[in-house]
Amino acid sequence: MSNVIEMIEGLGRTVLNGLARLGLAGRFFLAIMMVIGVPVRRFSLLVRELYFSGVRSLLIIVVSGMFVGMVLAIQGYEVLQRFGSSETLGVLVALSLVRELGPVVTALLFAGRAGSAVTAEIGLMQATDQIAAMDMMAVNPIARIISPRFLASVVSMPLLACLFSTAGVFGAYLVGVKLIGIDDGSFWSQMQAGVDFRLDIINGLIKSLVFGVAVGLIAVFEGYYAPPTAEGVSSATTRTVVTSSLAVLMLDFVLTVWMFRGLNG
Amino acid sequence: MPEVKTAPPHPASLIEIKDVHFAYDERPILRGLSLSVRKGEVLAVMGGSGSGKTTLLGLIGGRILPNRGDILVDGQNVPKLDRSALYALRTRFGMLFQFGALFTDLSVYDNVAFPYREQTNLPESVIRDLVLLKLQAVGLRGAAGLMPSQLSGGMARRVALARAVALDPMLMLYDEPFTGLDPISTGIVARLIRRLNDAFGLTSLVVTHDLDASLKIADRVIVLAEGKVYRDLTPSDVRTTSDAFVRQFADGLPDGPVPFHYPAPPLLDQLLGKAGTASVEGGTP
Repeated sequence: MSNVIEMIEGLGRTVLNGLARLGLAGRFFLAIMMVIGVPVRRFSLLVRELYFSGVRSLLIIVVSGMFVGMVLAIQGYEVLQRFGSSETLGVLVALSLVRELGPVVTALLFAGRAGSAVTAEIGLMQATDQIAAMDMMAVNPIARIISPRFLASVVSMPLLACLFSTAGVFGAYLVGVKLIGIDDGSFWSQMQAGVDFRLDIINGLIKSLVFGVAVGLIAVFEGYYAPPTAEGVSSATTRTVVTSSLAVLMLDFVLTVWMFRGLNG
Repeated sequence: MPEVKTAPPHPASLIEIKDVHFAYDERPILRGLSLSVRKGEVLAVMGGSGSGKTTLLGLIGGRILPNRGDILVDGQNVPKLDRSALYALRTRFGMLFQFGALFTDLSVYDNVAFPYREQTNLPESVIRDLVLLKLQAVGLRGAAGLMPSQLSGGMARRVALARAVALDPMLMLYDEPFTGLDPISTGIVARLIRRLNDAFGLTSLVVTHDLDASLKIADRVIVLAEGKVYRDLTPSDVRTTSDAFVRQFADGLPDGPVPFHYPAPPLLDQLLGKAGTASVEGGTP
């Protein structure tokens, strides 16, 4: 009996701790929003973070996008030719990338590549008193350190997602047109006709903007509140990747339901 | 290393701490601490680990709030200040953290320039001169182009000192400034603390457990124990006192009023399994 009570207590504690952490993250988000103008006014702060988070993620994003596009082309062609509609490969690949794979895979890669680095950097700054030192110099660390990193994530995510999709379409072109030999003209014209700017491209951008907010917030939050030890920083880094990935996939479901509701019924 | 002591400090106090209580979670750290720091003096605050020395600096800097009590710095009650008033007060503080806390992504030069760039509108050419002067004062003008990772512990501490005095503060707070330094670096940092204090007319609060270094530079030594000021002594008193606690501290004796053993049930009971074994098995004691 006491085991059952302990289990329920443990469950309650976990839920309460989770809620408290969610509340803390909410307050932290508001604190960032209060000073989000700082990296806009002092553009050099933002540029530095855009370079570290965005530009340095370019290679992994473009290469991954290309491979995803190439695989999509092979798999898509295999299925489409059964129905004799292999010319629609372009539109299949483009929609898959722009609506789903571009934003989602970019966010997952970004969380692993840039989010973890941001968490580790802020966590170590916290552990070595750099954030405390800044605060004691009457410089708000949320404005000076946190908000530029957060904003950089929000700005780079949609741009990287666009590049991912572009690289993917190019990869599909290489495999579908150059290798398999689908007609060049129908590949592109079907894509042009089948992809809607507002419904597909804008919605994809909105998705990656939301993912940018989620991954950016999780990364700076985990770093800022990481226990100031080696173990604390390393587990915060892991949590950034795990929590971001889950958050991205769950948000993707919610956003997809909301964006494409009523399309089929 | 003979040090020139200043004339008896001006009686007016810069910091007035009255009956401050503070607890981390349920664990009381400060229990009715009262203390005043006079203008112009170098005050060494000593005490064992966990005696609340570093907490005291956090309270004065307004980074943590007391459960009750007043902390007056230059007439302003720190716990009652709102954020902007606190930041305004902090621009007149300098703080040296335990390991310097230099910004690792900035060079030595940029670290010292940081307070000027953030808090003033001075043109870069003026900032350059000021930074070079501050670095000259700590003897590291030649290291301006290095990154913090290229500095030794003592050099990093000196750069952090140059950064801390950049805006000519009225109050300097030192958190364990000698930890991990070799004897030469300890001597250099100690001498700098005294020299900067006198040259710039500062007031300095040095939290430390390095007795030798602090006795050479302090005007007054305060020993914290059980969350209060246990003794208020001059450096020469510390050397001659017969107080058992201060002696244990001064002579580095392993056992005395501060026990060697963490509280535990009698050893025999525990070996025979009569006492609880939670603390042995890794549960929280």
